Amino acid sequence: MIKLDMVTKVYPDGTEAVKNVSFEIGQGELCVLLGPSGCGKTTTMKMINRLIPITGGTIYIDGVDTAKMDENALRRDIGYAIQQIGLFPNMTVGRNIETVPELKGWPENKRRQRGEELLKLMGMDSGEFIGKYPRELSGGQSQRVGVARALGGDPPILLMDEPFGAIDPITRVRLQDEFLKIQQTLKKTIIFVTHDIYEAIKLGDRIALMKEGELVQYDTPADLLYNPKNEFVENFVGADRALKGLQLIRVKDVVKASPPTVKSGEKTEIVRERMERAGINWLAVVNGDGNFLGGVGKADLGKGDSVGDVMSPSAETATANTVLNEVFSLMLSHGLDNLPIVDKDNRLQGVISFDTIRKALVELTQRGKTG
Amino acid sequence: MLDAWQYLIAHPEKLAGWTLEHLWIIFVAIVIAVVLGVVIGVYISGRGKEHVADTILYLAEVAMTIPSMAIFGLLMLLLSSVGLKAIGFLPAVIALIIYGQLPILRNTYTALQGVDPAMIEAGRGMGMTEKQLLFKVRLPLAISVIMAGVRNAIVLIIGIAAIAAMIGAGGLGVPIFRGLRNARLDLIILGGVSVSILALLVDNFMGWVEWWVTPRGLKER
Repeated sequence: MIKLDMVTKVYPDGTEAVKNVSFEIGQGELCVLLGPSGCGKTTTMKMINRLIPITGGTIYIDGVDTAKMDENALRRDIGYAIQQIGLFPNMTVGRNIETVPELKGWPENKRRQRGEELLKLMGMDSGEFIGKYPRELSGGQSQRVGVARALGGDPPILLMDEPFGAIDPITRVRLQDEFLKIQQTLKKTIIFVTHDIYEAIKLGDRIALMKEGELVQYDTPADLLYNPKNEFVENFVGADRALKGLQLIRVKDVVKASPPTVKSGEKTEIVRERMERAGINWLAVVNGDGNFLGGVGKADLGKGDSVGDVMSPSAETATANTVLNEVFSLMLSHGLDNLPIVDKDNRLQGVISFDTIRKALVELTQRGKTG
Repeated sequence: MLDAWQYLIAHPEKLAGWTLEHLWIIFVAIVIAVVLGVVIGVYISGRGKEHVADTILYLAEVAMTIPSMAIFGLLMLLLSSVGLKAIGFLPAVIALIIYGQLPILRNTYTALQGVDPAMIEAGRGMGMTEKQLLFKVRLPLAISVIMAGVRNAIVLIIGIAAIAAMIGAGGLGVPIFRGLRNARLDLIILGGVSVSILALLVDNFMGWVEWWVTPRGLKER
């Protein structure tokens, strides 16, 4: 657990970068430091591993005052990843990842094993990448190696300064998703700095919103969105906060029951009857193994004899882990009323509709207001 | 030209002797100059040393502008006043060390300063001590630029070392000065051409060394 108690940073020229900031980060939690540039979020983070010396207050890690620890020993137990990545170009990917294990004096085979393990965790083939040099990597690969290096010494705490800031939006989203998945198994205590509200909502268990060196609100993403403390928070989260909240909900949270389906071989006449009886006008089409094939609307049924002839094969699907704002966006951009949810083998898991999204959002907003 | 060739055919052992003498002076001077230049360069590239760095680099630049004749003269005076041997090998080596300082010092300093701050920050953030940071990160990243400075310095002092013959240090300056005194064009050409060839060969060799010391991850090819 990390505890900041009245933490202050005043530079020699009198600038107050951080003013009396106090908050606690629980074990295994991902805390996002969020705010506009110059708000002191990076300074706050760097005071935790003492890259920036603290000028007032105390930072405790598991109850121990960090100012009393050996600076380098402290840093070797805190993983550190930065936006510029800073991979050492003179070292291979493997040696980069082994930096902290080497500093800690681990034996060589244990270091090597750790390097391979972490590359695998990052979804990279260790045989292919371990001997490569940083300049042979793409931007996304470099970022992954940067995170792997931060995890090198198996630190309980991780500091991340906009680690996904310098890459293209598509890769960034993918890295965020991967990172969330990794964090679910690793359960590190993470301090994550960003100025991107979407990233903060997506990744954070808690968000510390800062402004001009002060902590304005420290809350869960839902509370920050629907229970803003003041006008600054309200403006910062934006007028579209309801939409942003969609990021907090995943498909698996709202889609439960297995959906009604039809097989591609069924006769359209029978299907029409079923639709009329159930009062629906769209059904997902599957094959005998439950694999998703497409969708069929009531209006199309007249165009042929079997469902397979009239269905429209759909390329757009989501998984149980997709966040609702992506689902919503997919539905809007492809003009769909229903989006099928499939697993990794393309088996149909459920169907999500606009109505499901609306209900989920109402529930979330209510929770914020009452909580 | 032909005369110089005939002289070389007649007395190859003389040319070999002068060349070896020349190389020996250069070698001793450059080894000391590199150690000195890199150590000072590392020191002045440390945090909060900007003013020291400016002063030292300025001094090195001034030293470069003093004519070599004057340096040899000054050194003779200085050395004899402290009771050391004022002519020959010692003043020659000292003068060459002084001339070799600027390229080595400047390149070491610039290269260390030019290391991407993100790497320094990453290294420090992972708990490297300043010494580990220097040997694991900063020097490996700076080494090729430092070697380019060493290469410059060597080529520079190979030429200046010829003048050291004037104060009795020997080397390829000997035939040049002898030729000047006796109006022997063949000796002047022999000495001059030899210095040039030596400089070219050493330059090429150093180019290879430069490539060889560059860490693999930074090599162009």
